[in-house]
Amino acid sequence: MTETPNAETSDAETHPEAGTSKAGLPNAGTPKAASSLLEIKDLRVTYGTGPSAVPAVRGVDLVLESGRKLGIAGESGCGKSTLALALLRLLPATAKLTGQVLLDGEDVLTMKWGRLRAVRWAGASIVFQGAMHSLNAVHRIGDQIAEPVLLHRGATPAAARRRTVELLEQVGLPASRADAYPHELSGGQRQRVMIAMALACDPRLIVADEPTTALDVMIQAQILRLIEQLVADQDISLLMISHDLAVLSDTCDRLAVMYAGRIVEEGPAKSVYDAAEHPYSRALSAAFPRIGDPASRRAPRGLPGDPPDPSALPSGCTFHPRCPVALDECAREDQSLREAGPGRHAACVHVGAAVPAQMSVTPTEPRP
Amino acid sequence: MSTASTPGVVRDAVDDPVKTGPSDGPRTRTTGHRTGYLLYVAGKLGGAAVSLFAILVTSFFLFRIIPGDPVKAMTHGKPTSVEQMATLRKQFGLDLPMWQQFTEYCAKALTGDLGTSYQFHAPVGELIAEKVPATLLLTGVAVLIYSTLGLWLGTRSAWRHGGLGDRINTGVALTLWSVPSFWLGLLLIIVFSVGIGPIPGMFPSGGMESGNETGFAHVLDVAHHMVLPVVTLVAVGYAQTLLVMRSSLLDEMGSDYLTTARAKGLRDDLVRRKHAVPNAMLPTVTMVFINLGHVAAGSILVETVFSWPGLGGLFYQALSVPDLPVVQGLFVVFAGAMILMNLLADLLYPLLDPRVGR
Amino acid sequence: MTIDKTPPNPSESGDSSEASEASGSLTEMPGTPTDGTAPPQTTGAPAATAKAAAPSASSLMWARRRASVSRFWRQYRTHRAGLIGLAGLAVIALIALTSPLFIGGDVQSVTDAPGTALESPSGEFPLGTDQFGRSLLGLLIWGARISLVVGLLAAALSVAIGTLVGIVAGHFGGWFATVVMRITDWFLVMPALVLAIVLATVMSRSIWTVILAIGVTSWPTTARLVRAQTIAIESRPYIERARALGGGHGHVMTRHVLPNVMPLVLAQTTLGISTAILTEATLAFLGLGDPSVVSWGGMLQDAREAGAVSSGHWWYLAPPGIAIAVVALAFTLCGRAIEAVLNPKLGVSR
Repeated sequence: MTETPNAETSDAETHPEAGTSKAGLPNAGTPKAASSLLEIKDLRVTYGTGPSAVPAVRGVDLVLESGRKLGIAGESGCGKSTLALALLRLLPATAKLTGQVLLDGEDVLTMKWGRLRAVRWAGASIVFQGAMHSLNAVHRIGDQIAEPVLLHRGATPAAARRRTVELLEQVGLPASRADAYPHELSGGQRQRVMIAMALACDPRLIVADEPTTALDVMIQAQILRLIEQLVADQDISLLMISHDLAVLSDTCDRLAVMYAGRIVEEGPAKSVYDAAEHPYSRALSAAFPRIGDPASRRAPRGLPGDPPDPSALPSGCTFHPRCPVALDECAREDQSLREAGPGRHAACVHVGAAVPAQMSVTPTEPRP
Repeated sequence: MSTASTPGVVRDAVDDPVKTGPSDGPRTRTTGHRTGYLLYVAGKLGGAAVSLFAILVTSFFLFRIIPGDPVKAMTHGKPTSVEQMATLRKQFGLDLPMWQQFTEYCAKALTGDLGTSYQFHAPVGELIAEKVPATLLLTGVAVLIYSTLGLWLGTRSAWRHGGLGDRINTGVALTLWSVPSFWLGLLLIIVFSVGIGPIPGMFPSGGMESGNETGFAHVLDVAHHMVLPVVTLVAVGYAQTLLVMRSSLLDEMGSDYLTTARAKGLRDDLVRRKHAVPNAMLPTVTMVFINLGHVAAGSILVETVFSWPGLGGLFYQALSVPDLPVVQGLFVVFAGAMILMNLLADLLYPLLDPRVGR
Repeated sequence: MTIDKTPPNPSESGDSSEASEASGSLTEMPGTPTDGTAPPQTTGAPAATAKAAAPSASSLMWARRRASVSRFWRQYRTHRAGLIGLAGLAVIALIALTSPLFIGGDVQSVTDAPGTALESPSGEFPLGTDQFGRSLLGLLIWGARISLVVGLLAAALSVAIGTLVGIVAGHFGGWFATVVMRITDWFLVMPALVLAIVLATVMSRSIWTVILAIGVTSWPTTARLVRAQTIAIESRPYIERARALGGGHGHVMTRHVLPNVMPLVLAQTTLGISTAILTEATLAFLGLGDPSVVSWGGMLQDAREAGAVSSGHWWYLAPPGIAIAVVALAFTLCGRAIEAVLNPKLGVSR
């Protein structure tokens, strides 16, 4: 990836044309425009141009209502982090974006640069994965937290300082830590700093990209509780990205599962996790042992094979080479999202059809 | 919501291995840093002392052992009787055992006694001290200019790397770097001092001052004399700073913290100035200090070409004789300057990078 | 012997990493031979056919070497500056090698010089003559031989010392390596030019002195790089295996480590030559070169002594300097291109 930081100039040519939004947005409950904070319509991200162009996100539709929590799951390389960065146009210049990303009704992809900079962090902020590298090693954390406050609110240094202390306390760090450098903090503390930073300008949306991946299990749980509590207290919408379906189902209201740059299943978190319709989601939910379910711990199911190379996607349904229940037609016909129960969608040929016998990939699903 | 307390406070004990009370926490930490830094400084000082000693050993080895008999070298080509040579040997202490010569040499060197010049019949230490200010002036100005220029151009080049500006930038820098400094100096003298075709001679061809001005006029006169040598040093020298800055900034370019900075809504130039450059500066600062260390040595040729009355000019004069005590003394001074500058870079580093030396 | 290494990047296909997750994909550039060696095979023909024929270990090895050389060339070709440098070197080498055919060694002769002193450029002497009446064009071409020979040999000596020190320090480790690297670091802070000048001063004037003076003062950078590389290579599993199979120190160092550091050494040598040529010119200009041969630096010294500067005889002064700069630049461009091929992430250093 050629990282060109001057996205300023580069993304200008981002295609403004609103991709004709597909019929049947995955949100079943006919949302009113006002209530959906984030609406992604047919978002496509392609790296490079011409014959060597590589599609990373291939037409994603998502809706996140104000105050709700949406999880996006998938293996690494499925395009979920690209999706997160695309929301604020943070991708390198080689990435071409089409479609629409409506934040509060305003299309991020066609915004002027000045407006985009104002929306970044103040409208939607991001908690990145790997806080060690996402924080600047040579600046004190207090200054890094205060930076967006100074920038977006035009606050005085003293006011920014007060706000920093307040934020640190909110995430459970003593105010004295403001003078520390990132390397002086533990992994969990750094992630807390990232969260404090994300809250700095009272955004309406926080995107959490694998916020707990690098942490050990105990700290993971703490950080997740902290995020959950803060977004609940402050009425912030959360878009959380993870490879861990269990974590997402625990935290979020709704879940979307991504595979090869597309949403393959979407629906209420609990039902997607417990009774996935798409074989990929099923494999993903079986890949992690469940607390309180000894059977799944004894036999955690990984999925054979690797996610497909985005530059050479399989024909038909992109999942068919790894799919345990693939039919002959799966290699020929692409599957789009279809209704799969109340408020649920899945992109599988079996959805709606009678479930064939061999389809039970997971061992007997425990229902809570 | 500002005062919303979170459960994190309670649970933090787990993920905070250095949990300290809010009252005494910062203070103990600061003292910790200070001791850490002092240890670091002590280590670096020790290292510098060892290096300095190694230089004395090298210089003794180089000048006393490799050339064979120094008296023969000194009297080379002059008719000298055996008795005279023996007297000279005695005079220079060359009849003593080798180890005694060495300890004596070290003891003298440490007290600033670097011997007596064959050529000027004056103490080498004095000769050198006399020339230091001129060299410091010339090369200090040059290093200041070319470091600044190199940092600035290197940053621009890396930020738009692969573009036309970057290619021109690095191309010009590499070409100038490949040019021998003394040749460029001579060419500049022909063009701007002697004058060629329509170009009149605008600058003096050598020396440091015309001699009769005082006060501000004197300052201007010296500045006038400095133009060509400084231009030469800058042209040949800035490439290195540029390339180091460029590559260390390129290393930072893909970093996650830059994405964070951009996500915060910072303007591109602020992302560069406030976030990328401070991180990329670290390797470059070392480079700048090493350049400062080269200050004296690097100016040998330019001072020679422009007859600048500094250490480099003295070195050249001593080489052609060869006036070994002067060459030896300057060798120690040049190498010592390098060690001093490296030491300064090491001491400065923790102030720039909080991760080092704490 | 087999050079069987675990491929650092299993997904080797073209632009795949472009599309992988935006963060972190930088580290998985396709074909990033950060180890500086033959990168994992593409599904190219040589490896496939070699495998099919179930060949001997050595033929397999040679197939791999060939494949890695051709891959190296394919990538080198994409660096335009490197190609320009290479073309420049080819021309200069051709001139230097063929010069005895049209210019004899007698261009150096002061006694039977063809022209009069300090002539301006003319049909007979395209670049004029020096103070002894010798043709400057002839001297310039003849001087190329000395500059190139000194540059190549000095860089080779320097890199040989650096490689030896680096591999030994990297291989043995422990206090031995610490001591060796302290010495290396110390040499690194020494002003190399001053050291070279001093060495050239205290030893007798000859071309070998110059080569030695440059060679023994410029090796520390190579030593550091090679050591780091050696440590990286020796941490790979196949070295473990070679040891388990009874490979001694010498075997591991010469058969496993050395082939793997060669590309890096090549880059260092190429970059080192331009420095060596500049240093040679400097020494000659200071009057420390071999007085019996003509080199570009020596020509500049002659020019200065003949008063070419004050009398404005730029045609005497300009050509040798341009020649030095062109050769040094050509080697630098090649060296940087090689470096960029070996480590695309490097951006191009120094």
